[in-house]
Amino acid sequence: MENASYLLAAYTIVWAVVFGYILLLFNRQQSQQREINSLKKTLQGKKEA
Amino acid sequence: MKRKVLLWLSLALMMASLYLVFIYVPTEKEMGIIQRIFYLMVPMGWLALLAFLIVFIGSILYLVKRTSKWDTLAYCSAEIGIVFTTLTLITGSIWAKPVWGVWWTWDEPRLTSTLILWFIYLAYLIVRSFAIEESRGAVFAAIVGIVGFVDLPIVALATTLWRGMHPGPLIFQGGLAPSMLLTLLVSISAFTSLYILLLIQRVSMKNDEMELSTLKRLSS
Repeated sequence: MENASYLLAAYTIVWAVVFGYILLLFNRQQSQQREINSLKKTLQGKKEA
Repeated sequence: MKRKVLLWLSLALMMASLYLVFIYVPTEKEMGIIQRIFYLMVPMGWLALLAFLIVFIGSILYLVKRTSKWDTLAYCSAEIGIVFTTLTLITGSIWAKPVWGVWWTWDEPRLTSTLILWFIYLAYLIVRSFAIEESRGAVFAAIVGIVGFVDLPIVALATTLWRGMHPGPLIFQGGLAPSMLLTLLVSISAFTSLYILLLIQRVSMKNDEMELSTLKRLSS
């Protein structure tokens, strides 16, 4: 089991970075979607007024 | 729907890959347990090359057709490529320490050319972020994306062209046991499926960004 810590470190780093990146993308898209919907509502309101 | 299928496919392949890496495949005699990083390092390297190949294709098509979808594709692939190249360099260093006794060596063409690749595509992203005009930034970035492609075959063939300490192309020379080859192929498939999913997600985000900036312009 010599060098097991290196193996563990490699898998931990890769999975942490991959999951972190996926989470970042999904969170950013959700916040973008909220902003898009809010702006669309504002523009719709302006049009109707 | 397409994204959900890809997500489940990626997860299933990842699970299969972890089972194969940690339970199924036998420990390599010379390097011992550390050799298992190979099943992570090779797919990371493959994805870096695939992502930058997509940047190259997207950049050419953008310059020829001047359609923003090709620029979006190239930009998104470059961003994902940078993530996977960073992981290639990190996992490579972690593998090198116990095997070569050093975290990094400048004498290894594969390592140096991969680092150069990382810098080239980092420059690509910087060119995009600092461009005053979006369309000019896209053109400059496309040129970097095409010129940067020159480094790709150098990285891919580095172990064949210059013999160093880095292991040669074992896969194509039949130097892998069938169980190792199966484990490697499943790992590569798992990460390739993840790359496609990430690319679709990132392109959709970029389109949202463009829609958002149009809406902001209209509302102000």
